[in-house]
Amino acid sequence: MSNADTLTSPARRRGGGVGDLLLSELALLFRRRRTWALLGALALIPVLLAVAVRLSGSGGGPSFVGDIAGNGLFTGFAAITVAVPLFLPLTVGVVAGDTIAGEASLGTLRYLLITPAGRIRLLLVKFAVAAAFCLAAALTVVVAGLLIGLALFPVGPVTLLSGTEIPAIDAVGRALLIAVHVAISLVGLTAIGVFISTLTDVPVGAMAATVVLSITAQILGSLSQLSALHPYLFSAHWFGFGDLLRDPISWASFGDNVVLQLGYAVVFGSLAMGRFVTRDILS
Amino acid sequence: MTSSGLAVETRGLTKRFGRHEAVSSLDLSVPTGSVFGFLGPNGSGKTTTIRMLLALAAPSAGTITVLGSEMPKRSASVLPRVGALVEGPGFYPFLSGAANLTRFDAAEPGTSSRTRSARVAEALARVGLSAAAAKKVGSYSLGMKQRLGIAVALLSPRDLIVLDEPTNGLDPQGTREVRSLIRGLNADGTTVLVSSHLLAEIEQLCTHAAVMRAGRLVAQGGLDELRGATAAIEIVTPDLDLAREVLARFGLDATADETSTGDSTPRLDAPLPDGVLPEDLVVELVAADVRVRGVAVRRPSLEDRFVELTGEGFDVER
Repeated sequence: MSNADTLTSPARRRGGGVGDLLLSELALLFRRRRTWALLGALALIPVLLAVAVRLSGSGGGPSFVGDIAGNGLFTGFAAITVAVPLFLPLTVGVVAGDTIAGEASLGTLRYLLITPAGRIRLLLVKFAVAAAFCLAAALTVVVAGLLIGLALFPVGPVTLLSGTEIPAIDAVGRALLIAVHVAISLVGLTAIGVFISTLTDVPVGAMAATVVLSITAQILGSLSQLSALHPYLFSAHWFGFGDLLRDPISWASFGDNVVLQLGYAVVFGSLAMGRFVTRDILS
Repeated sequence: MTSSGLAVETRGLTKRFGRHEAVSSLDLSVPTGSVFGFLGPNGSGKTTTIRMLLALAAPSAGTITVLGSEMPKRSASVLPRVGALVEGPGFYPFLSGAANLTRFDAAEPGTSSRTRSARVAEALARVGLSAAAAKKVGSYSLGMKQRLGIAVALLSPRDLIVLDEPTNGLDPQGTREVRSLIRGLNADGTTVLVSSHLLAEIEQLCTHAAVMRAGRLVAQGGLDELRGATAAIEIVTPDLDLAREVLARFGLDATADETSTGDSTPRLDAPLPDGVLPEDLVVELVAADVRVRGVAVRRPSLEDRFVELTGEGFDVER
């Protein structure tokens, strides 16, 4: 316990690896009841959809919902289409808005920084874990949809938008690919949420602001007068996953989306870093 | 350890929030190996100073040296050697005590994951929380959270431990345990900086102290130095003039206590220089037929000094 021990102690290596902190952060997120409540609510979307179709038959509603009765695999596609505009941004807003502000409001932020977790290191890990949540959320919707569809409806080969028919197992692969596309689509919103989270000590405020921005972007995206702006909205490719249902797959929209979301991550990541690195932690 | 022998040194340290100056040109010197009491009423700038020492807040002006390195520039290499409890404990209420410690230990770069659970168990044992390790922190009492906060500071061996109001919310047993914990750490060579407004605490524990008032340092030094070393003797007697003559022979300049009321016996007060023994004075007084009804030797307590320096009132000054 003497000073000399501290300097030579094998327990203390130099260097700033992120591995242990990243694992700890993931454990923290997925040990929270709130996280499971969010994922549970997302899983409920395809379940409600499938049960409603099962009970009422295929009459009424958008055609993609009616298709569920014919092929259970469509439940996954239908559910993600329903979840993209509101439910997914809502859960992502909660997780991203909580990243820094949540730690500040618990009083744990100062202890992490004294430890010292390092401000840049902590921010990167927080962002990475929030992005991991995006993937978990999108996968939850799609996988829950495939499972409930499998349970309630017949399953067979799927006819793609380009008219080709693919076997059921390939359709499952396409569904998972769509989940990845949607998860990437949410990275920009996550970066915005993390940035807002560095501005405040009130997590609910950061969550609400993030969700409001996601809705605003979609409203702007629906105004044809602003069409010049549309390619630059972070929500531009939220429904671009139709291209993944063609044969051969059209990757243009997928690639554009990756570039766009990376751009948002860099811009708002830099803003978050600029703010967080210089900020006085008074919580 | 450092060339200057100081674990913490600040020069002209100032922190402004807008137009409000929370800390004004502070020159703090915490000797290496000391238990340093950091005193001051609420709102006097203690916690703001501690936040700056730990690189949580940036100074508006001035320099900070912690363990020989400049802060906040060198915080990545300095902070692993520093353990701290700042402005109350902060934990994840949905995790157990042990899981919370594991989280903070994992956040520290370069700690070994193999020995992590052993470190956590040892830190819990040192603050007497082993039995509550698996309980959720949300169900902890304030005192238990406070102990867990101290456990975070003890996860790795440290050269400096900063404890901001460590006995807040603790029962008398807990307070005693914290005190013996601090003594134990200090005996191992760790410098301990304790902020408190509980003077009895500091007086029992510390070797050095600093007193803040309204963002400024009003006194700093060894404890005896701070207290004021000179004692005073008080003699209760109806024979004031005679007694004063006797005391003058010893070179004591006595003054009659004017505040004494009619029904009580008058008193003489005099500063008692080193080398003059009170028993000699009494023998001499009695030999001179002074009717001595009471004698008392007083050393000013730290509390007297504290109140003298920081004022009586409860009010936050700014």
